[in-house]
Amino acid sequence: MSALIEELPVILGAFWLTVRLTLATAVAALVLGTVLAAMRVSPLGVLRNVAGAYVNALRNTPLTLVIVFCGLGLGLVLDVSFSESLSVNYLWLSIIGLSLYTAAFVCEAIRSGINTVPIGQAEAARALGLTFTQNLRHIVLPQAFRAVIAPLGSVLIALIKNTTIAAAIGVAEASLTMKSLFERHQEAVVPIFLGFALGFLVLTLPVGLLFGWLAKRLAVAR
Amino acid sequence: MSQTRASVLYDAPGPRGRRRNLLLTVLFAVALIVLAYLGYRKFAEKGQFDAALWEPFLQADVWINLILPGLWNTLSAAATAALIAVPFGFVFGMARLSEHRWIRIPAGAVVEFFRAIPLLIMIFFAQYGGSAVFGLTVTSFSAVVFGLVMYNGSVLAEIVRAGISSLPRGQTEAALAVGLRKGQAMRLILLPQAVTAMMPAIVSQLVVLLKDTALGFIVAYEDLLNAGARILPANFRNLIPAVIVMAVIYILINVGVGLVATWLEKRSRRSRKSTAAPVAPPDSVTAPATL
Repeated sequence: MSALIEELPVILGAFWLTVRLTLATAVAALVLGTVLAAMRVSPLGVLRNVAGAYVNALRNTPLTLVIVFCGLGLGLVLDVSFSESLSVNYLWLSIIGLSLYTAAFVCEAIRSGINTVPIGQAEAARALGLTFTQNLRHIVLPQAFRAVIAPLGSVLIALIKNTTIAAAIGVAEASLTMKSLFERHQEAVVPIFLGFALGFLVLTLPVGLLFGWLAKRLAVAR
Repeated sequence: MSQTRASVLYDAPGPRGRRRNLLLTVLFAVALIVLAYLGYRKFAEKGQFDAALWEPFLQADVWINLILPGLWNTLSAAATAALIAVPFGFVFGMARLSEHRWIRIPAGAVVEFFRAIPLLIMIFFAQYGGSAVFGLTVTSFSAVVFGLVMYNGSVLAEIVRAGISSLPRGQTEAALAVGLRKGQAMRLILLPQAVTAMMPAIVSQLVVLLKDTALGFIVAYEDLLNAGARILPANFRNLIPAVIVMAVIYILINVGVGLVATWLEKRSRRSRKSTAAPVAPPDSVTAPATL
């Protein structure tokens, strides 16, 4: 217990990094995922196939592999660099990896939401003469987003947990910090583990409750 | 229905529409090719297309000595974890439906706890906790399997619970009315029907389990990813080609298992033996169909 109190600033710092990783990835993945979902239902075969191949490939690849590819492949071999500082650079590369991976799941969620919008809605929009983009933007996507709030909440919770995998390329978020604290305080492994588990519960449970509440509140009345 | 759901979003193009679509197709194709070319240039600049980097994948002994042992370790960790996680899931799933509060509540707490925390911190805990608390030497294999079992077992428990609860109440009531005991009703009436309904969800969860074995890389378990990202680059300095080849292997295996899930789903939808609707995996990222 004393180890937990003594290291509290380190632990809070690690969780703050987890939160920042989550937020940056969530924004990027939401944008990329929406674009991919729009591509998957578009009238153009090229876009449909490219987005479909992307989603299938990323969904079936382990996230660890994606992050290792981004960190070591892009970072070390191809010299992609965002910052002078090595740790900041790995942070950005892990955000890229997490976003590329999470976007595939966001795309699937939104596409399933598009399928819940009754056909009549899109048909009425077409009858009024709306084009594909107008149809998506004004009629279908607003309803689809409201139908997938709960699934997007699940994606966000999975993302919070997945940020730990950035540890594979040495980003000192919560899980890697926990490991180094295990090494420093071998007598206090159990309290440290419970502390970190509690930290993740504090992050994930409210997100689940919030999205459940939002989903009910914003549900499309049919 | 000849029209797919997606094609409802736009009219069948007329002559002008077809011309515009063709133009846009060409434009997007060119844009994608330019993008691919830029990627190619970047790779080529760093010599990633040198034959020397790809040539190892044509040698039999590279596969036999370096890649296949990794694949074997990945598959054996996944199989071991699946063999323990499935019974774990059934036990805890049924325990959560127990009538006794002292069974139901602890089982629920275990399942919710292990679903809410990241797999990786469980693996780290198994590694360090095993030696610190029990004085055991925990191999990276057991640490990975422990984490996979606790997490996926908990998710499977939710699937089992959903599968059994999705059965109509009348099934239990009829079973009890003809004089079966609670255990018999579960074993003879509820479980056989529930298993049919939840089989696709279980198989999809096993794909997740297989993917998650790659976490072993972080604790130096010698799995397929380890072969691609540590061993091959150490020998041939070909990190990018090796990781790409490993990704293809993972994708092929997972797509294969995924096809089994789809097949099972079709099969269970066809059969009328079960009174349950197919169960969606918990934390499913797709919205439930409304129509």
